Amino acid sequence: MRPSVSQTAGTQAVTTKLTFAGALKDAVLAALVAFGLFALMIGLHTDQGPTGALVISTRVQELGIIVGLVFAGALLRALIFGRGPVPFAKLVPAGWGDRAQRFSRFAGPLLLGIAVIWPFAFYHNRYVLDLGILILTYIMLGWGLNIVVGLAGLLDLGYVAFYAVGAYSYALLAQNFSLSFWICLPLAGILAAFWGILLGFPVLRLRGDYLAIVTLAFGEIIRLVLLNWQSFTGGPNGISSIPRPSFFGLPFNDEEDGFAAFFGLEFAPIHRIVFLFYLILVLALITNWVTQRMRRLPIGRAWEAMREDEIACRSLGINTTNTKLTAFAMGAMFGGFAGAFFATRQGFISPESFVFGESALILAIVVLGGMGSQIGVVVAAIVMLGGFELFREFEQYRMLVFGFAMVLIMIWRPRGLVATREPSLHLGKPG
Amino acid sequence: MSGAPILCVEHLTMRFGGLVAIDKLSFAAQRGHITALIGPNGAGKTTVFNCITGFYHPTAGMMRLEHPGGEAYLLERLLDFRIAKLARVARTFQNIRLFPGMTVLENLVVAQHNVLMKASVFTFAGLLGLGTYHRAENEAIDKARYWLDKTGLLTRADDHAGSLAYGEQRRLEIARAMCTDPVLLCLDEPAAGLNARESGELNALLRFIRQEHGTSILLIEHDMSVVMEISDHIVVLDYGVKIADGTPEEIRNDPKVIAAYLGVEDDEIEQVEAEVRT
Repeated sequence: MRPSVSQTAGTQAVTTKLTFAGALKDAVLAALVAFGLFALMIGLHTDQGPTGALVISTRVQELGIIVGLVFAGALLRALIFGRGPVPFAKLVPAGWGDRAQRFSRFAGPLLLGIAVIWPFAFYHNRYVLDLGILILTYIMLGWGLNIVVGLAGLLDLGYVAFYAVGAYSYALLAQNFSLSFWICLPLAGILAAFWGILLGFPVLRLRGDYLAIVTLAFGEIIRLVLLNWQSFTGGPNGISSIPRPSFFGLPFNDEEDGFAAFFGLEFAPIHRIVFLFYLILVLALITNWVTQRMRRLPIGRAWEAMREDEIACRSLGINTTNTKLTAFAMGAMFGGFAGAFFATRQGFISPESFVFGESALILAIVVLGGMGSQIGVVVAAIVMLGGFELFREFEQYRMLVFGFAMVLIMIWRPRGLVATREPSLHLGKPG
Repeated sequence: MSGAPILCVEHLTMRFGGLVAIDKLSFAAQRGHITALIGPNGAGKTTVFNCITGFYHPTAGMMRLEHPGGEAYLLERLLDFRIAKLARVARTFQNIRLFPGMTVLENLVVAQHNVLMKASVFTFAGLLGLGTYHRAENEAIDKARYWLDKTGLLTRADDHAGSLAYGEQRRLEIARAMCTDPVLLCLDEPAAGLNARESGELNALLRFIRQEHGTSILLIEHDMSVVMEISDHIVVLDYGVKIADGTPEEIRNDPKVIAAYLGVEDDEIEQVEAEVRT
């Protein structure tokens, strides 16, 4: 079941070699198209003139560079690959796909080991620790969404809504009732699960694109409510000074009853960061454990069966209503946990943190990783968020590079980085 | 075994807007029998199936299913999944509906969802890994193995269902339906696309299911070699109306059936009859 390689290999037959003149013709055509596209977009530039009026300046040089690049690229492409689709699969050395699959077997323990020693290895590097926390948060969100999208096959574009519900639940509960993090965390999860079920009811009959639109709208509704319900949520100002988590009752401060004093350590602000790192690591691992466990239980198999064929499920006596609602509830619950963690880490939340872009990013992690694959989510989260950080200096071109990389990956592995599905049970040897 | 009807369909009517797909259809399927539903294309056979299994809600009529224990269910009042769960009616589909991305074994274990769900105490006990659930799962696997053995798919147990050959997929669908422990098994064209040898195997399998498990079978089929050989009773539909009802021998000789199938003039019937007999 790895169609990517064979499919692209099959299209090679269509590719025809070209003479230099033919390649030149192709390249000129490509350059003309590029000129047509970019003449206005890049060739002309509006600016504020000295009098404040809008003036148009030309950018001939930039336009020339781009058209020249397209010409050169098209010429090279035509000379190397000929006309027709480029066999991207061939660009990746043979066997890489299989090697990636084999790697994924022992990648889990390896990555877990790296995660455990991460805070010690980078104890003095707050930036790297924060990046680790960020990646782990998205891994947890990815695993949560994986239940809904990867296992149950319900395309959810509004997942960030549950993240928001979790974050606001924690923030409001902790501020208004002074409840501790450890009480608020399950409450935030339960509230998010409740909203997951609430979203689930109206969309029970919907599938695919229609479901995606409704969940997208749901995500926006939650965000707009948070934005406009000023008296309750603080509106665009958000909620600030959210209580920080304590180490089972020991606050991270330099006082007598603090964490550092209790353990006889010298106080350092980094203690809290390390604690947060392990906290999200444990939360993410719980998410993973529960999901893996559920996959081997009837409910998890029913999720996957529903993804494959809902009508067949009903013909076997499976209550698809309950099955869908549990999938939404479970996914939402882990989103809520992650939200509560996010709130306590930031100390400040506002609706700006829960925009559609976040949903899209989490969904991209799940799809890129290979829907339904737990290790795939990890790899995709590391690649994407790590990639974001690497290209932080090239802020302007970040999305460009990112989009290009995504297109390439989807051509190379249309079913995600880790596409193989591990069966939930095997038939043991007879006897 | 036989005698009492397991399924009584009375005055079943199904309208889609102005189209009357089934018109006051009444028939009975006897317990422990193989009842075949035949008729030309578009006669409404699959619509009858969809009504019985709850995928359509009939416009009018009554469908009464009686279990060997005596409990009776009015199928027109139950939701589709409840018909499978409570009334224990299992079905297969004309265009095979397996879970192609899951393994053959998983397909059969999914079919035992309700039993396993109860054993896992709605996931909670299963999540904690209690022994009762493990035992239930092993029993489910044993049952799956039994049906894989009966359908000759034991060696393919850990392959994806989608990678099976067409005939194997048909058999897997029957095995999956049998894993729900049905009292009535509804098969929608099980022999479609099978070659002569595979049809023969199918006949043997259906006979085995009826004899060893006492499961009554309702069958839609175009392949007359299957229908005539294994059916105890045949109901013939044409344009949503029952035109004949009887044993294979009676149906074979019914001029109305021959006319419906072959669309011949009345005076040519005798000649066609003679051809059908040979």
